[in-house]
Amino acid sequence: MSLTNEHIKNKLTEKFGDALTSFEESFGIMSFHAPKELNLKIMQFLYDEEDLAFRFLSDLTAVHYPQQQGAELAVVYHLHNMVANVRLRFKVFADINTPQVFTATRLFATANWMERETYDFFGVDFVGHPNLVRILNVDEMDYFPLRKEFPLEDQSRIDKDDEMFGRGGSIGI
Amino acid sequence: MSEQQHIKLPDGSIEKQTTTLNLGPTHPATHGVFQNVMEMDGERIVSTVPTVGYIHRAFEKIAERRPYYQITPLTDRLNYCSAPINNIGWHLTVEKLLGIETPKRVDYLRVIIMELARITDHLICNSVIGVDSGAFTGFLYVMQYRELVYEIYEEVCGSRLTTNIGRVGGFERNFSETAFRKIDKFLAEYPDVLKEFEKLFTRNRIFMERTQGVGAISAERALNYGFTGPNLRATGVDYDVRVANPYSSYQDFDFSIPVGTTGDTYDRFLVRNAEMWQSLGIIRQAMEKLKDLPSDVYHADVPAYYLPDKDDVYTKMEALIYHFKIVMGEADILPGELYNPVEGANGELGFYLISDGGRSPYRLHFRRPCFIYYQAYPELVQGAMLSDAIICMSSLNLIAGELDA
Repeated sequence: MSLTNEHIKNKLTEKFGDALTSFEESFGIMSFHAPKELNLKIMQFLYDEEDLAFRFLSDLTAVHYPQQQGAELAVVYHLHNMVANVRLRFKVFADINTPQVFTATRLFATANWMERETYDFFGVDFVGHPNLVRILNVDEMDYFPLRKEFPLEDQSRIDKDDEMFGRGGSIGI
Repeated sequence: MSEQQHIKLPDGSIEKQTTTLNLGPTHPATHGVFQNVMEMDGERIVSTVPTVGYIHRAFEKIAERRPYYQITPLTDRLNYCSAPINNIGWHLTVEKLLGIETPKRVDYLRVIIMELARITDHLICNSVIGVDSGAFTGFLYVMQYRELVYEIYEEVCGSRLTTNIGRVGGFERNFSETAFRKIDKFLAEYPDVLKEFEKLFTRNRIFMERTQGVGAISAERALNYGFTGPNLRATGVDYDVRVANPYSSYQDFDFSIPVGTTGDTYDRFLVRNAEMWQSLGIIRQAMEKLKDLPSDVYHADVPAYYLPDKDDVYTKMEALIYHFKIVMGEADILPGELYNPVEGANGELGFYLISDGGRSPYRLHFRRPCFIYYQAYPELVQGAMLSDAIICMSSLNLIAGELDA
């Protein structure tokens, strides 16, 4: 029997009840939301169950949703069952003021740098991570650059003086 | 032949017996901006701490401000040894989001370009392993054929290294006669070169001694470390995105996935060589298939997303509107969230894209294969000699641009 998204969903709801929400399937991948306390339990369950066997962590990153009060940071996990060739995505949400999420490094060695990168750019504090320091940015940095409160320059702004860059004068010339 | 083994300090030694060695970031043997702070016991490595991020350019942040078509040049600069795979991977991601179906001919043309890119990437990686073990000839010899592939890119898109090849929906122009002639030339001449290249290395006693057993990793550890691509296949796992999640009509092609057994540097070398033969086969099949298809199709019929002909822009109203909408980045993008993997030359290159319907992505994350597997490097070289660490690093096919994003 091939592994269907329906089957995964049933197994998960059987185990975790109503804790998992927003099940949906888009572009062939099933995704759901989970409480952040459960992230490790879910991954361990998906890893251990013989007929689920999601034993490959494809990707781990975060997304910042500033308008969601109390759940601004979403940590996104992409898991992959290579034998049945099924992928799965789930998100856990954390408050931006208490961004503590359990680390997945015990389960997947590959989560180490992925979590460091996520910490580096979003400030998600992975509890229990062996070496949670910045990885791509400089150590002295005291902010988390991929959060939405740091917008890039608006390309349509007109108040900029381009004279210094050899593009003629300022506005409208 | 070196075996990985644990270092045993002499009994009763109290003082620090190891030396700290700072290898890189600009050491010529590291082929890129890689720094490793190594603890050495004589010439054996006790531990190493890689430092990355020297050429971080904040692509994910920049992408949040750019319209979709302006993100393609960012992907060039990830794995710049096989930029077309990144470009086309990005186009495929956007096409998947927008639900664009590309004609078969576009798919096959893309397959040709992607497989050429895979060959050049493997070519560099394997010949650099040769350079690091003291065999410079192979490197210079195959470089001529990388040059030929770059000429093909040039013929197709106008540039060589950072190609920015194609558009969402297809290619910006049809392949010229010269391009096809050059591909034919490559297909005719390259097999002999590859044969000679293999003859130089594969059963070369010195090369085998230098690479066998160096940087070996088991399949379990490799999976746990998130290895993909040739490095994973060298351990014996036959995972290839082209087969697992076929994109761009890879399901129409007949090819096999070469695998290794021990996961060491030598196996990685062999897997890459075997993959080059497979890629040549794929290109040949694609060239055959192209003969049965109308030769004037090179993009999908999606006027809202594909730039119209310049002649039409000057004479037709709709074309003019679409032209401006696309150039100004105002083309209608659907909201959605998807993860689209492609088989990059060094592993699974994933694009995690969240669109909120705006002109640029809400969030774009690149799953960069070598960022993920480079963290296994300390484990791979622990207990090895310094020179083994160098050769192991080049066999992993680390590209600093991709690693640091």
